[in-house]
Amino acid sequence: MAEYSLTTPLTDENLAQLRAGDVVKLTGTIYTARDAAHKRLIDLLDKGDKLPFELQGAVVYYVGPSPAPEGRPIGSAGPTTSYRMDTYAFRLHSLGLKATVGKGKRSDEVKQALRDHTAVYFGATGGAGALLSQRIKEAKVIAFEELGPEAIRELTVEDFPLLVINDAHGNELYAVPDRPAAGIADYAPPA
Amino acid sequence: MREIDAQTIIDRVAAMCVSANRNLPRDVRRKFEEAAAAEESEAAKEIFRQLLENCDLAAESGLPLCQDTGLAVFFVEMGENVRVKGMTLREAINQGVIKGYEEGFLRKSACHPLTRANTGDNTPAIVHIDLVPGDKLKIGFMAKGGGSENMSRVTMLAPAQGWEGIKKFVVNRVAEAGPNPCPPIVVGVGIGGTFELAPTLAKKALLRKLDDANPDPDLQAKEEELLEAINALGIGPMGLGGKTTALGVKISMHPCHIASLPLAVNIQCHSARHEEVVI
Repeated sequence: MAEYSLTTPLTDENLAQLRAGDVVKLTGTIYTARDAAHKRLIDLLDKGDKLPFELQGAVVYYVGPSPAPEGRPIGSAGPTTSYRMDTYAFRLHSLGLKATVGKGKRSDEVKQALRDHTAVYFGATGGAGALLSQRIKEAKVIAFEELGPEAIRELTVEDFPLLVINDAHGNELYAVPDRPAAGIADYAPPA
Repeated sequence: MREIDAQTIIDRVAAMCVSANRNLPRDVRRKFEEAAAAEESEAAKEIFRQLLENCDLAAESGLPLCQDTGLAVFFVEMGENVRVKGMTLREAINQGVIKGYEEGFLRKSACHPLTRANTGDNTPAIVHIDLVPGDKLKIGFMAKGGGSENMSRVTMLAPAQGWEGIKKFVVNRVAEAGPNPCPPIVVGVGIGGTFELAPTLAKKALLRKLDDANPDPDLQAKEEELLEAINALGIGPMGLGGKTTALGVKISMHPCHIASLPLAVNIQCHSARHEEVVI
């Protein structure tokens, strides 16, 4: 497992070298978007309108931060569960999105999109919102302000700590549950 | 009849919302430390190191432990000889939530289920009220995040499926949830009652301390049996593999219909934030 320092926007060369389990310290500009914001982004694409940020080489962080106390750019800002954005992610990857940051499993469709478009899925530590916010130096809302915590924000991050969960080569870091060890190898869901 | 001024409730609820979101219960933190020492993989140890650092930082900085400061869920035991003066108990709790979530810079996550429009102040809170003997008011608060809540399930088993059926459903649910609910998790299990009571039992069980023993020795043994099976899954902290998939399992039980075996699994993430006040 290697450690890399990368700067946005990300390139195919940046991402082709990464393998599941690698540690990445990310510096530069990333964009927050979660459930409602993704729906709006797709609506814009369907209408043929421009997105509020450049997708090519972009990193989207699945997060809805808590409000910023005085003197801080942002409140707590850990990842939200990613699967809810799966229906949108493969389309955004096809348009140049290079990485997403969240927690939890992705669909087969998203994993295929990562292979097709040389992109990766990064994990950040869920629940460590206070800790992760220390790596966010600036934050400003750039779209959908009315969505409150779900608005799209442009974040400036420095050495933001990430772990490669799904790489561009089909590898995944998550442990496969050991069903036989837990005594549920023969489990059949209730009718 | 003892009277409690609504403002007292508002202030105590507000303070509890802020405090619970910044300070992880001691028993949970202690479990992090024990589990970190027991883990062998570097990834698992690193996750616990980050979670412990996050706890310290939240307590020092005033930032919430997690950005998902949850829906505000309350379990209230109201003495039959208590009366709230000025407004209803439910209104007072909601006012406390509005105050606490604003003053504590906590995220407002409540929204209309269909339009998804945010209600703007994290109300209405979810409030369960039980009438009990006496003249005290006990308010238990839980900041329930969405990620772990989404991994929860309720089912109606056939009575013949019994304990084996219950065990397999619960362990399988945790296996399917995998890394999504922010393991290491706490698993609340509600057995019996009716379709709507089982999940309430499961959720209320999450208010118990991790290190308390179930007063029913048989249920205590079953909690340990489930914990052992869940940890054998090897999902580990944040799903990266390891010995600690769950920090604890808490079971609550209630008699049910002769035809039924309702079962609910309420999953709580590692940021198991809850507090209680007695007024």
